[in-house]
Amino acid sequence: MNVVALSVFVLLFGFVTVLGFVAARWRRGDLTQLTEWGLGGRRFGTVVTWFLLGGDLYTAYTFVAVPALMFGAGATGFFAVPYTILVYPILFLCYPRLWSVAHAKGHVTAADFVRGRFGNRTLALAIALTGIVATMPYIALQLVGMEVVIAALGVQGEWALFVAFGILAAYTYTSGLRAPAMIAVVKDVLIYVTVIAAVIIIPAQLGGYAHIFASVGADKLLLAPATHTNWGAESAYATLALGSALALFLYPHAMTGILSSSSRHVIRRNSVVLPAYSFALGLIALLGFMAIAAGVKDNPAFANGFKDYGNNFAVPALFLQSFPSWFVGVAFAAIAVGALVPAAIMSIATANLFTRNIYREYLAPDCEPARESQVAKIASLVVKVGALFFIVALPQSYAIQLQLLGGIWIIQTLPAVLIGLYTRWLNPWALLIGWGVGIASGTAMAASLNFAKSIYAVTIFGVTIPSYAALSSLILNLIVSVVLSAIFNALSQTREDATLAEDYL
Amino acid sequence: MTQPKSKGARLRPIHLLLLLPFIAMLWVGFYNRAEPSIAGIPFFYWFQLLWIPVGALLLWPVYRVEDRDNGGRP
Repeated sequence: MNVVALSVFVLLFGFVTVLGFVAARWRRGDLTQLTEWGLGGRRFGTVVTWFLLGGDLYTAYTFVAVPALMFGAGATGFFAVPYTILVYPILFLCYPRLWSVAHAKGHVTAADFVRGRFGNRTLALAIALTGIVATMPYIALQLVGMEVVIAALGVQGEWALFVAFGILAAYTYTSGLRAPAMIAVVKDVLIYVTVIAAVIIIPAQLGGYAHIFASVGADKLLLAPATHTNWGAESAYATLALGSALALFLYPHAMTGILSSSSRHVIRRNSVVLPAYSFALGLIALLGFMAIAAGVKDNPAFANGFKDYGNNFAVPALFLQSFPSWFVGVAFAAIAVGALVPAAIMSIATANLFTRNIYREYLAPDCEPARESQVAKIASLVVKVGALFFIVALPQSYAIQLQLLGGIWIIQTLPAVLIGLYTRWLNPWALLIGWGVGIASGTAMAASLNFAKSIYAVTIFGVTIPSYAALSSLILNLIVSVVLSAIFNALSQTREDATLAEDYL
Repeated sequence: MTQPKSKGARLRPIHLLLLLPFIAMLWVGFYNRAEPSIAGIPFFYWFQLLWIPVGALLLWPVYRVEDRDNGGRP
């Protein structure tokens, strides 16, 4: 056991815990209201939102899994960079409209908006369920990030994970979204310190960047080039980046981050300043190559770690090999705290969905606001227990496969949510059927790959185009939604749109 | 569509700037190469890393024009 690293780790974790509870008093609001507990009172300005969204989107799992993919598969793992570049024009262009209409109509979730825009509770239920089901395995994966660093510190058994998650559940319950917002500041400082140290110290030890890239095999350094009959890894790379970028802000936790901001300008400004995190992510991705150059896989001290956690152990191993003990504690705390922030926001977001779009819509239509907030708090606990069960009781590969499916599922809400921001021409029943077609076809594509990959080869005019299943199934969804809307609209012109054009501005 | 068009909803020519990152990033064949490398970093990596700040800088003029056209209120 690494005593120095563990002490620093526990100290930082303890500090964050205190912060989580203190957060309840920050910008004090009536936490018995759902917009206060679940959206922080919609009061977060540019700076807080920057930390919150940064902590929310660039998760611990990302910091472990992206370099792990670079370490194992090479250049493909770098798709995280174009992905996060493409996210921001989309955020800038579309989501201020969502903020405005949600603010005008008191929407707390994306499904609330769809309910208001299309007046169809079945479609809203489909949107809400998609969000909940797609997010659950994502929360579970945050635990994987935490589990790996706890194991790397030499702590045996799963009790430490239970303790960490118990603490998380307690302060999320009491403080709501204020807790992750406050903790995100600490998380981001730790992450930036770690990244800056890593990209300076480790290359210096390894003989510079040129040497790092030189030690990566030619097959991993670049993507396999496209040919005239098979676009191969290049189309896979492009569709992964585009599909992931389109999907990201449809996730409930991203939506919560957007809706908690104090104005649409906060979102516009953040589209310009959030890419700072993408830069950190790009450097973190390169840690995978540094791990190759450092030869961590051949170090017998890490054999057990790689046996238990596979390539996800590459970055912890690299830190253990390169940093002094006390800084290993800082770096690992960065990853563990980096898991807490998104896990908290994700559980709050799914709790909001359950409360607003299932509990209040179907189970208790005239429930009091205080009751609504109470239900959400309890739902956030249930969600976390579920995620913990996932990781402890089931093989880790289930969570990874389900998260992969989650991306395919959540993107099917794009026609209703994103296109719905611009037009109500689409018919809600057509959208529902399109959603079903998208979910079914996307799941079938993943199933044909044994849920191990999400790159499905589509053949058009004799050219094989390996594509991200989320994107191909979204295209089917769009075609069905548009064609059926044309038919349904010809049959009936009734519309129940509770929103007005000026609500979107 | 009967919704009135208003200034905030309108796309302007300046919004075409937002297409550039998509063209640059989705044309993978263009940057899937090792040369020209900078200080031993292959083109593939530095080109994409460079686009992170470029993408952010492209948003800035769009942001300014949107604000100017609407007197600070989009």
